[in-house]
Amino acid sequence: MRSFLAGCLTLVCGSALFAEPGSAGTSRPKIDYSRDIKPILSNHCFACHGPDPKALKAGLRLDLPESAMKALASKGIAVVPGKPEKSELVARIRTADKGEIMPPPSHGKPLSAEQKDLLQAWIAAGAEYQSHWAFVKPVKGPLPATSNPAWAKGEIDAFILNRLDRAGIKPAGEADKQTLIRRVSLDLRGLPPTLQEVEQFLADKSPAAYEAMIDRMLASPRYGEKMAQLWLDLARFGDTSGYHYDSTRQMWMWRDYVINSFNTNKPFDRFTIEQLAGDLLPNPTTEQKIATGFNRNSRFNEEGGADPEEFVIRYNVDRTNTLGQTWLGLTLGCAECHTHKYDPISHKEYYQLFAFFAGIQEPMASGNHGASLPPLLKLPTPEQEKNIADAKAKKEKMLKDIATALAGAKYEEPKATEAKPPEPKDIVWVDDGLPKGAAAQGDGAAKWQFVSAIAKQGKMSVRRSGPGTHQDYFTGATEPLTVNNAKDILFGHVFLDPKDPPKTVMLQWNDGTWEHRAYWGEDKAFLVGSPDSVNHRKAGPLPKTGEWVRLEVTCEQVGLKPGAKINGLAFTQADGTVNYDAAGIRTTAADERYLTSLETWETKAKVDTKIPGDVQAAIKIEKAKRTPAHLKTIREHYLRFVYSGTRPTFEPLQKQLDEADKTITDTEKAIPYTLVTEEMPKARDSYILIRGDFLQKGEKVGRGVPAVFPPLKKSKHWLMSWKQPSRLDLAEWVASPEHPLTARVFVNRMWAQMFGTGIVKTLGDFGTQGEYPSHPELLDWLAADFVQTGWDVKKMFKKIALSNTYRQSSAFSGTTPDVDPNNRLLYRAPRFRISAEEVRDNALAISGLLSPKVGGPSVMPYQPGDFYKGRNENWAWSNATGEEQYRRGLYAFWRRTSLHPMFALFDAPSREECAAQRPRTNTPLQALVTLNDPTFVESARVFAQQILTKAPADTDARLTWAFRTAVTREPSPAERAALKKQLSTLLDRYKKDKKSAEAVVRVGQSPRPENLDMSEQAAWTGVCNVLLNLDETLTRE
Amino acid sequence: MLFSPESNRRRFLTQVSSGIGYAALASLLTEQGHAAPSTEPVAVPGSLGKTHFPPKVKNVIYLFMAGGPSHVDLWDHKPRLKEMHGQDMPKSILGDQRVTLMTRNQGHFKTASTGYKWTKHGQSGLEVSEALPHLGKMADDLCLIRSIHSEPINHDPAVTFMQTGRPQPGLPCMGSWMSYGLGSVNKDLPAFTVMISGPMDQPIPSRYFHSGFLPSQHQGVQFLAGNDPVLYLSNPQGVSPETRGELVGGINELNRLRHGEVKDPEIEARIKSFELAFKMQSSVPELMDITKESAKTLELYGPEVKTPGSFARHCLLARRLVQRGTRFVQLFHRGWDQHGDVTGGVKRQAGATDQPAAALLQDLKNNGLLDETLVIWGGEFGRTAYGQGNLSGGFGRDHHPRCFSMWLAGGGVKKGTVIGKTDDFGYNVAERPVHVNDLHATILQLMGVDHKKLTFRFGGRDFRLTDVAGEVVKEALA
Repeated sequence: MRSFLAGCLTLVCGSALFAEPGSAGTSRPKIDYSRDIKPILSNHCFACHGPDPKALKAGLRLDLPESAMKALASKGIAVVPGKPEKSELVARIRTADKGEIMPPPSHGKPLSAEQKDLLQAWIAAGAEYQSHWAFVKPVKGPLPATSNPAWAKGEIDAFILNRLDRAGIKPAGEADKQTLIRRVSLDLRGLPPTLQEVEQFLADKSPAAYEAMIDRMLASPRYGEKMAQLWLDLARFGDTSGYHYDSTRQMWMWRDYVINSFNTNKPFDRFTIEQLAGDLLPNPTTEQKIATGFNRNSRFNEEGGADPEEFVIRYNVDRTNTLGQTWLGLTLGCAECHTHKYDPISHKEYYQLFAFFAGIQEPMASGNHGASLPPLLKLPTPEQEKNIADAKAKKEKMLKDIATALAGAKYEEPKATEAKPPEPKDIVWVDDGLPKGAAAQGDGAAKWQFVSAIAKQGKMSVRRSGPGTHQDYFTGATEPLTVNNAKDILFGHVFLDPKDPPKTVMLQWNDGTWEHRAYWGEDKAFLVGSPDSVNHRKAGPLPKTGEWVRLEVTCEQVGLKPGAKINGLAFTQADGTVNYDAAGIRTTAADERYLTSLETWETKAKVDTKIPGDVQAAIKIEKAKRTPAHLKTIREHYLRFVYSGTRPTFEPLQKQLDEADKTITDTEKAIPYTLVTEEMPKARDSYILIRGDFLQKGEKVGRGVPAVFPPLKKSKHWLMSWKQPSRLDLAEWVASPEHPLTARVFVNRMWAQMFGTGIVKTLGDFGTQGEYPSHPELLDWLAADFVQTGWDVKKMFKKIALSNTYRQSSAFSGTTPDVDPNNRLLYRAPRFRISAEEVRDNALAISGLLSPKVGGPSVMPYQPGDFYKGRNENWAWSNATGEEQYRRGLYAFWRRTSLHPMFALFDAPSREECAAQRPRTNTPLQALVTLNDPTFVESARVFAQQILTKAPADTDARLTWAFRTAVTREPSPAERAALKKQLSTLLDRYKKDKKSAEAVVRVGQSPRPENLDMSEQAAWTGVCNVLLNLDETLTRE
Repeated sequence: MLFSPESNRRRFLTQVSSGIGYAALASLLTEQGHAAPSTEPVAVPGSLGKTHFPPKVKNVIYLFMAGGPSHVDLWDHKPRLKEMHGQDMPKSILGDQRVTLMTRNQGHFKTASTGYKWTKHGQSGLEVSEALPHLGKMADDLCLIRSIHSEPINHDPAVTFMQTGRPQPGLPCMGSWMSYGLGSVNKDLPAFTVMISGPMDQPIPSRYFHSGFLPSQHQGVQFLAGNDPVLYLSNPQGVSPETRGELVGGINELNRLRHGEVKDPEIEARIKSFELAFKMQSSVPELMDITKESAKTLELYGPEVKTPGSFARHCLLARRLVQRGTRFVQLFHRGWDQHGDVTGGVKRQAGATDQPAAALLQDLKNNGLLDETLVIWGGEFGRTAYGQGNLSGGFGRDHHPRCFSMWLAGGGVKKGTVIGKTDDFGYNVAERPVHVNDLHATILQLMGVDHKKLTFRFGGRDFRLTDVAGEVVKEALA
């Protein structure tokens, strides 16, 4: 029996880890199908002998006793209860024949000798099958007896101690009060306790002190924030769309709904229903509508060319899988492409669940970055509402004033005048110097060499000489050249040296880009742009040498449109010696006769596309045929917007009207919104998708839930018109007390929050491939209790926190029991690193920087400046200022495809999809964050300020104060001595190096009292940097 | 499971846990150091403990040409395109496959000729476009696969597919798998390094080099051209290296005191992390400093090597990284998404990448590293044989995952070979299709890994890079 037991313990993934350890000499422990056998069958056999009919081999299903115990085509019977020697299964796992052995070597998952022994022993003992534990409704079993009833006074402790008793392990002693308050504070609030809170707790000597402290923690608004962190991972909450360009969206009101729900201790079933189907509740409240953002947290594709059909299916696949992971603890996603290989979820059942989401209204896909994602719920602030109302009133008034003014305005068409349209003329821009504001640049040392030996006009010209392609150029002229007409002529003058002619001369103009080029001669200057197009225009042969030649090109030839403003010019040549002079534009000044003559204006207005449609329509009507209404339209437009005689009257009125309009538009744009769920009148049809491919539609399916679970209740919410259950029915089914999984899965998450690991370690997988619970009866007891208390989350946390199990010391006792190296039986409290957000929050809290503000739009904490470089330069990041910089990590802007590196390095998920569990790693890159990230450096600097201004003046007392602020407990003499030595070294250094000291104390945006000695503060900042980086600071003990 | 702190601790004590190798690995360096190709599986500091096969190479440099380089303008010469220029593509060739909405709405699919001349190179006679004169000269070192095919048709899922074997997010990318399975032999540098260059075109989000469900120490670490070559590497103003050394010493001293009290092995792991972080502060700048490279070497890569952040600089750094034992270096070069002016665009892109990529092969060879390094060149898909936009203007080409070209070079790879063939239009695979999963299986094989056996249990099943498919392309192996 010894070898048998040892075998159980070496199964790393199998649940046999928790097989009852019998002590030497006792009888064989009872084999439990769920715990010992099913994991083996599931992991090694079900792929071909399990629920998936497509993969089924030899017609044998080992997950069903009726199939396993039935004669096969080969006449053999896989499992003959009590008779391993007659069981084909035993023969096939034990054979030496490579063609016969099961699992086949090609499967790549051979059985270990111990697993073979277990299977054989199970058959010998009668091959008892049981339903998968998690698919049976949990009930409260009897409390087990324990060796120490005084310790095990609560239910949790009874189950835990009973299990420890059976393993022969004793629980650890109780942790001290300082450790306990820090533990409870971190577990329930994600923050360390303040010194004041610690003092209050230590001073309270009453027996109820601990319970009162828990109540204070649960009442803190920080509790809801901590809980939201867990929920946000599941709900795949982010501030961006999550695909490709990853544009921003607003979902923070939904995030705040989550925080508030936990803070007000909303019953978990209510919380569930509101998020999945709040929109379908009778007369949903604003809060319930916001809650439905849960469904809209899925990603949205905005890549050009994406197929909308494909992505609308992806969104609903995501919703189905999220439902599975979040509430059911099931990896439903496996059944997207085929019937689940391990759990009883068929391919069809997957799409029946999927169908519940197929009625959600949303845009399918968009090629536009940052497209609106209706349906949205817009919630203006009272101030915004007032601003809009005020602006609308003002708009009304202005329209009235304008109407009045129009009624009184006078106009008479002037007599035909002699005035002729203006003639084109040269505007010389570069002559004897550069235009105002121009930044002169050029190749070589000699740029913009004005020489007086020769000039086309003025006194000087620009001379350039040398081999290869080179140029003089400028940009940034503050009085740019304006292009008025497409045919305006750009010109410049050149004098080519007959003894040293260039191969090419080129002129280039800049209106924001340099993509406007014309060259004369060979194509030997820069080979940029497309041949003979606006950015590489061949304008003619090389000009004659030895004389001034005027080079000309029309604006349209080089792609400069009317209205363009030219701010830069380049003289470029390939080889040779060239003098340049007198460059500019030949243009026609604007013809302004229309300002005083309605008739002149009409001619112009006929082709002006900017004129409102009704005005233009009226103008286009022959004069004789115009009605009085037409005439009024034309006249009023002219007087109001064009005629110079009435502009002094209308301009100020129009200005005020425009301002009112702008206020309305701007305010409406700024109204916060959140994505919500609404049901379409008719849902999209749902089909089984073969291999999950949206192009391969199989059978059409209606809405339904997997047969292994309790059926849907036929309720009044059924969508009667098409006789299908609604999303609300689904939500009520999930949140039903009858559901075997919902309460278990959430209670297990609460447990994991308090112990670092769940009773079921695989938080998102309660299926047959998930890990068997370490304490199944306890989990069932808690789940049943949770439902009985009305899904009371705070009550459950309090129950756990009050247990002796929770209150144990986390110190390693020195010898780790062999039977439980990972402390899954909880003979001591666990010790684990806090989460990414908490690592940040703790530094801010310890230093005193942390903002207490709850909720609101997401904020941007310091992020390395070049983080988006190469990823997507169009993403904007501007570090938040003031209080917003010091908000909890929960509020940090979550860019889903490129998460802020601090969070990513500390294992926070991207939240592109539901994340049921975070890994917990320990890496050098994390050390670099806490050592050098500005948030942590500034925290150390401000922490030092606190020490120097708030702690007692004596160094030892200051060190103690600082140490306690960081990790709650007092330092040991050795710890204090080490810190003191460090302080003194730093002090020496920063006294000598005042410049460095100043750099240290000026880091970050927050203010510093100028009366503090910089060297002293810099030295203390170093000490604080040490404190903020201690393992203990980053760890919940 | 690797999630719980307990198992982390145990793993640390029993084997080795971090993506950035620990000092304990020093002994493994001798097995994985510069030596003759192994004939036996070798011990590795990753989760595998030992490779499945004798590895042909130790390191990978993956030149990811992001955006989808046009195979018919670079690697796959199709004279038929010129003959048929301007005519409708035959229906028999187009089939009923998906095209993106960008050209679906265009209403016509006109054959578009390449704007390049083609030359046969070397003893292998490999035909390469004149856009790639330098890589052409390396033809006899390349194993060109012309029949790669993928599935997704949009950038985001297609890059994700090429990187992770699945179009949806959440899975680890190839470099993370290598870091996880094989670990790193260098104590002071990350096992999986990423550098990004090229014009703003398609985004390269962190997800493309993320570790998915693998522990986050296996995510790609991006090296940057700015002041901080690795995020958070530089000390804050006013903190000298000497001060930093003392502060880290102080942190570790106090951590040791705490360890004496609570005896949690995780504290020892944290002490190591801080020691390594401190070491990286000098090892990474040393790596990035190219001033000691010879003028001859710099010349090989071309003038752009002097520009930090350029593809040329990154190629040189890639060589320096593998020289120091970095397992997987991935360079992304953006800008290959030629929906318009494919001829001009390819010229610009090739101009920035051709010489440096060829130089990298030559430089690796000169340093005796090419035999132990696998170099991969390719994008997420190719481009259509039909034009996008008006053929009389600067037409472009649309996304084309049905067939495209990639090449491998280096140890264990058959040199001067072409694998697979496309039809006369470069539109469908005609011979020897190579799926992305097959490519991944082959890459792992060269690293000594059986692609079916490098797995990780997540969400109830064992995942691997090749999902449920993948056959090693034997023809690519020497």
